Amino acid sequence: MSKQLLIGNEAVARGLYEAGLRVASSYPGTPSTEITECIAKYDDVYSEWAPNEKVAMEVAAGAAIAGARSFCGMKHVGLNVAADPLFTASYTGINAGMVIAVADDPGMHSSQNEQDSRHYAKASKTMMLEPSDSAECLEFAKMALSLSEKFDTPVILRLSTRVAHSRGLAEVGERVDNGLKEYKKDPMKYVMMPGMAIKKHVVVEQRVLDQTIWAETAPINTVEMNDTKIGVITAGISYTYAKEALGDKASYLKLGCVYPLPVKLIKDFAAKCDKVYVLEELDPFIEEHCRQIGVDVIGKEAFTLQGEYSQSLIARVILGKEDKSLSADIEIPGRPPVLCAGCPHRGLYYALKKLNVMVSGDIGCYTLGALAPIGMMDTCICMGASVSALHGRNKANPENAKKSVAVIGDSTFMHSGVTGLIDIAYNQSNSTVIILDNSITGMTGHQDNPTTGRTIKGDPTTAVSLEMLCKAVGIDHVRVVDPYNLEECERVIREEVERDEPSVVISRRPCVLLKYVKHEPPMHVNPDKCVGCKMCMKIGCPAISIKDKKSVIDFTQCVGCKVCSQLCKFDAIEEGK
Amino acid sequence: METKSIMIVGVGGQGTLLASRLLGAVLLSEDYDVKVSEVHGMSQRGGSVVTYVRYGDKVYSPIIQKGQADLILAFEQLEAARWLPYLKVGGKIIANNQKIDPMPVITGAAVYPDGVLDAVRATGANLIELDALSLAVKAGSAKAVNVVLIGVMASHMDIAYDVWTDAIRKTVPEKFLEMNLKAFDYGYHYSES
Repeated sequence: MSKQLLIGNEAVARGLYEAGLRVASSYPGTPSTEITECIAKYDDVYSEWAPNEKVAMEVAAGAAIAGARSFCGMKHVGLNVAADPLFTASYTGINAGMVIAVADDPGMHSSQNEQDSRHYAKASKTMMLEPSDSAECLEFAKMALSLSEKFDTPVILRLSTRVAHSRGLAEVGERVDNGLKEYKKDPMKYVMMPGMAIKKHVVVEQRVLDQTIWAETAPINTVEMNDTKIGVITAGISYTYAKEALGDKASYLKLGCVYPLPVKLIKDFAAKCDKVYVLEELDPFIEEHCRQIGVDVIGKEAFTLQGEYSQSLIARVILGKEDKSLSADIEIPGRPPVLCAGCPHRGLYYALKKLNVMVSGDIGCYTLGALAPIGMMDTCICMGASVSALHGRNKANPENAKKSVAVIGDSTFMHSGVTGLIDIAYNQSNSTVIILDNSITGMTGHQDNPTTGRTIKGDPTTAVSLEMLCKAVGIDHVRVVDPYNLEECERVIREEVERDEPSVVISRRPCVLLKYVKHEPPMHVNPDKCVGCKMCMKIGCPAISIKDKKSVIDFTQCVGCKVCSQLCKFDAIEEGK
Repeated sequence: METKSIMIVGVGGQGTLLASRLLGAVLLSEDYDVKVSEVHGMSQRGGSVVTYVRYGDKVYSPIIQKGQADLILAFEQLEAARWLPYLKVGGKIIANNQKIDPMPVITGAAVYPDGVLDAVRATGANLIELDALSLAVKAGSAKAVNVVLIGVMASHMDIAYDVWTDAIRKTVPEKFLEMNLKAFDYGYHYSES
């Protein structure tokens, strides 16, 4: 045993490993990605990146039924994709333990919505645990695998950004692997047709009742009695904020199991306190349960449905205390995230800007193309929607087809873009789809995917050929461009948008942050030639700025991609040595 | 001991994450309870980034709020000013005087204000200002800015020099070790005089 400083995700991986995890399948998604990246470091666990969360959960379910302790991880919106297997895996139950980690993102540090995954636990009648720090991440992950076997159900481990990405001390131990459990054919349990499912639904409802009884005295649902003027019912990260803000001035009921919730435990705790607050981020999940069982609590009316909680928010609302702070007397411009210097997406977006097309967008680094000065994205809904929504747009009004495109990354295309493309081919809309193939899953921090030719462990494997795949689904016109070549991008995309048939353009160049990508010496501006026309500023490269009415290039950022020099009519941007 | 709070702020890509990991490792080796809160994902792409580091006998919250930081280590001027409200009254702010234009400045939608660090000082904040980039270049690489700044911060904390250099040895790859140790030393011995 030793104490280590681990991020929550690392601690989840460690806990699963110690509990004898054998199979892990996930799709990357901030803030959940590192769980599976850390699992991949253990050679005695099979791990993989799946093309999407639905596949990942089905792989985990199949492995669990086959007798291997299994895992799948995803971000909150990933659980939407995987909801289909979740709801029925809850009916079949498992054989060996199965854990699903879902990481919510209150405050939307890196997400397109702020949904609360706890509703999925209730809706699918699947047990859900919620740790509040790294030590609990490790402990709860281990416990989740054994609870899964105890109650014959998948168990969800709910994280939030601050738990997933905060480093804290955790007690690291040894792995115990009990091997594969025996698989016995049992269609009444594992084949869900009406006849079987009707019987299994009875089992599921009884299981929830059994789990509720367990929750009444569960070791992870803890009571800490201090001053009883204030009682706090809380879970996850909010517990740490409450302890920080209120210390011994309050008593606490900390719920490690957030579904199903206990009844008597909550009633008994509330009865001992003068005033009871429910502290939970996002939706009033625990609060509504309290009201339903007749416990009077203060919740969302005093706090918020939006964003994160904090020790300051709790101290302000409950104690009326606020910390003093300083503020500099200047206007501070914002600093939104941008496409990196040398990012291949930039050149492609510049071509789209010149063509002035409507852009149906998707989820990835390239979503940053929506921001100034590029501003070349009209819509972005969810993974894969760029392709199918473009099809819908062009069916709504065929005239749209000649002035619109979809942009989607290689990984997102594999995730759920290809199904939209099949719709385009099958139902023939004159749509142009641009696949931004940067040879990696970028935004989540460089994970391999089915197009990269490498597994999660970096081993060589079959790579999906995007060209052959697009042709195979019925797209006759598939062309490849280099996004560093502005003239080529503009010409090819113009031709394909004008074509009266569906087409795909693959904009191919590896992410500039990949280790194997060689950077050229930084470019520099010859001040004698620069006239200060700001033409080079139009591509929105963070390495280029104007100083004393001339362009200058920041040598610490420039990677020598030469996209800017293609824009300069005065040949003022010169190659470095 | 009461929990102490340190913030490391800068621009995505400046190496703030490595700095916070190094600090976390040092605090752990000193037997403190430690929490470090990092930002991953979209915010890393050239945006404003912040890492919270908290240590003491028992740390609950991993985050720091306005008026709560004992020390802010700022990798860039504008970020020093942006996160100044998080400084505890009487706290210390160490700021690299490097300027990195944010996109609204590049596009002309906003201006990079003049005298940013003067405005920070004018609030009465205890400011230590330095040119960490030059010290990093002198040590051998512009990329070592983070280690220079860690060095400055180390000289304002009650933890022995060797504890820091041991942590650097464990964190930094062999071929960059000498350069980083040099960068740390320049920072550690920096004084405004």
